[in-house]
This record gives sequence, structure tokens and C-alpha cells, in this order.
Amino acid sequence: MVKINFVNHKGETQTVEAEAGSTVMEAAIRNAVPGILAECGGACACATCHVYVDDGWKEKTGGPSPMEEDMLDFAFDVRPTSRLSCQIKVSEELEGLTVTVPERQA
Amino acid sequence: MAETIKTDALIIGAGPCGLFAVFELGLLDIKAHLVDILDKIGGQCAELYPEKPIYDIPGIPMVTGQGLTDSLMEQVKPFGPTFHLNEMVETIEKIGDPLFRVTTDAGQVFETKVVIISAGGGSFQPKRPPVPGIEAYEGKSVHYAVRKMETFRDKEILIVGGGDSALDWTLNLQPIAKGVTLLHRRDDFRAAPHSVEQMRALVKAGKMQLKLGQVTSLEGEGGQLSAAVVKGNDNATFKVSCDTMLPFFGLTMKLGPVGNWGVQLENNLIPVETSAFETNVPGIFAIGDINTYPGKLKLILSGFHEGALMSQKAHRYIYPDKRLVFQYTTSSSSLQKKLGVG
Repeated sequence: MVKINFVNHKGETQTVEAEAGSTVMEAAIRNAVPGILAECGGACACATCHVYVDDGWKEKTGGPSPMEEDMLDFAFDVRPTSRLSCQIKVSEELEGLTVTVPERQA
Repeated sequence: MAETIKTDALIIGAGPCGLFAVFELGLLDIKAHLVDILDKIGGQCAELYPEKPIYDIPGIPMVTGQGLTDSLMEQVKPFGPTFHLNEMVETIEKIGDPLFRVTTDAGQVFETKVVIISAGGGSFQPKRPPVPGIEAYEGKSVHYAVRKMETFRDKEILIVGGGDSALDWTLNLQPIAKGVTLLHRRDDFRAAPHSVEQMRALVKAGKMQLKLGQVTSLEGEGGQLSAAVVKGNDNATFKVSCDTMLPFFGLTMKLGPVGNWGVQLENNLIPVETSAFETNVPGIFAIGDINTYPGKLKLILSGFHEGALMSQKAHRYIYPDKRLVFQYTTSSSSLQKKLGVG
């Protein structure tokens, strides 16, 4: 299992365990992390699982694909560290990954 | 106002479960009208993932959202359902036993013996940008849709977004507006390349402006916008003067007016019993993602099953004196006749 930290807009951290091969969004939904809606269920089709990847992790998570960039247009307050969490695959390499959940998705 | 439409069944939501309900009702000689807030048939399948694969429809190893919608449309063709798109059901009023008067936001009134709510996650509504105080401008100077182009004649318009809606309205409104500024967070556009080219040509000719960044606040008074404050991609802030703003950030699912329909709700879902998926109001059924019961799975195949059982009970309301004989489409000549294959 891989530990992932979700920080909400108030700065509170919730740490959850994710299975390698699943996605960061799935880890959030399974553990009822507030602020991750994932309306489309992980099809990269809705931009309601938007997160900011914390500094220092961007290299390991990689950047958004062109399709993900297109969907990020529907998100709000998009920053250079913005990702859709359904498109971040969990691996052992991401142990301790910290992402911040925006104040709102939609 | 349009004339009242009298029907046996009114289905709210034209997604896969609503469409298959047309089939199951049709086999029992029940005609249906469908109302959907989207401008197209297929619900989430058509709006969220038309080109994405679905792997768990029994007997179909893989089909796309649009593919499933198209197949269902072919399957229900013999039953001639009537669609009312771009309309949202606002009220349901019980006027008989059971008989309901249903009214949409377009003023259409239905009188129907049964109502089937197959509204999935609720209604798709435009996303509201998280700009502080934007509510005060909505409907006055901030609009999420263009109903009548004339409303925007001689306006100083700020259009926000990078998809087809944003680009199409930029191109359509530019000739009649006083000025048009298109604002997008990056210099790449999802919209059709042809529209993007036309937009760039207009910018080059000095007929409109293109800015990159995201709106952070609005300026104005009494609901009348005077400028939008924008954070550019270099983090510098600038102002765009405008008297009208049209944000196009796609759609999101909101429960919508379901709460006013008189059916019981539980965590934004409609509890039903599992022999006919009827709500607490006799004659109103709920099938698909919008219902809940012990063991509920939000799968399209579950919604299909729910539609089949719902139809049996609906038949009892619509034809109280007719005995319902259970039949198979494979062997029943009367069902095959209805399907136009007998």
C-alpha cells in the first residue's frame, strides 16, 4: 500500500492508503476525502477531481496529458501544478505523495 | 403556451435507463414521452463519455457511450417515443389516482398516469466559476447560455473558455457586439480548429481581443458588470472592461428541482422498494443512478432491470382491467408484432 496525503483548503491533512495501480482519485473516493467529486467516475471527462500536486512531486507524477489539459479548462483556479487525480496512477514511487484539494470543484 | 400533452408515461431523463424503459413499457403497450435538460439524447453516456468504452453491458464486450445510445435508439424505434429536449421538469402535481400534472421550465404541461424518474445524477447545469459575488450578476450581466442573440447587440462582451461553446459564441456575437474579448487560461483551444483559426483571424484584423488568464473578481454595481479582474499567466493582474460576461466552463450535475417533486429523498437519492422501484408516491417510479435501495449498484445494467420491473407495475395503473401475461420476445408473436419483426 502507498500512503497519500490530501490537504484540504483549510490546510488539514488526511492520509489514506492506496493500492499500487489504482488512481489517486480512487483512493480519495474509497476513503471519502471531501472535495473530490469524480462525477464521471474516472473517465477524464469532467474535471471534478482536480488537485494541486505539491512542490517536489511534479517530477514523479509527471504533467497532464493533452486530453487532461483540455479537461482542466473546465476546472477553476488552474495552476501549473494542477492535475486531475483520476489520471495520476499510484505506484510505490509515489509513497508519501501530497496533493491539495481546491476549495471547490464546480 | 403549448397545449397539454396527455400520455400514459412520462420519463424524466433520456439516458440509457430512460431509453430502455421506453422499450419495456412499449412491449406492454404503454407509450412514453421523455423530457431531458440536455440538447441531445443519451444522458451522461452522450454528455460525459460519448467516445469512452463501456465494458459491462451484458452480451456486448465493448461499446462507447454514444454507441450504446445509438443502439438503444434503434431498439426503441418501434415504440415511437417523443422527446422534449432542452427542457427541465419543474413541478409534479398529483391530480388523480394516479394521474399527474407535470410542468417543464419551457411551460409545457403533461398529464400522465405514471412518472418515471430516470434522472441519473440530476440535471446537467452550467458550471458557475468560483468568482466571489458572481451570483449578484447572474441573469443581468452574467449569462451561462445564449438564448437570444439580439440580447447581446451593442454589448461589450467578455467570453470565457476554450471549447466549442466559447468559440462559437465568440464568432457569432462578434459581428453584432460593440466589442468582444475572449479569455482563456492557455493559448491552446479544445474547440474545432476551424473556429480557432477564424477567431485568430479576427484578432489579427483587430476586430476582437484574445487574453490569457483566469477571472478572479468582478466589478460593477446593482448586478451591472463594468469590468472583470483577471490574473494573467505571468501572475500579473489586469482588468477587462465589459458590460456582459459569458462563462463557458462546461456542465456539472446538480440534483435540480427533484426535491420539489413530492418524492422522498435520502442523501440526494430517491429511496424505492425493489419489486417495482416505486417511490413513496404511488405512480411515481425512480430507476437508474438516481434511486437507492439496499444493495444498489449504480450500473447501467441495474437500471435496465429496474425498468423492466417498473413497467409491470406501471401496466397495472394504466390498464387496471387487463390481465398481464408474461411473454418472451423470442417466442411471442404478439410482442414480435409490436417490434415490427413478426
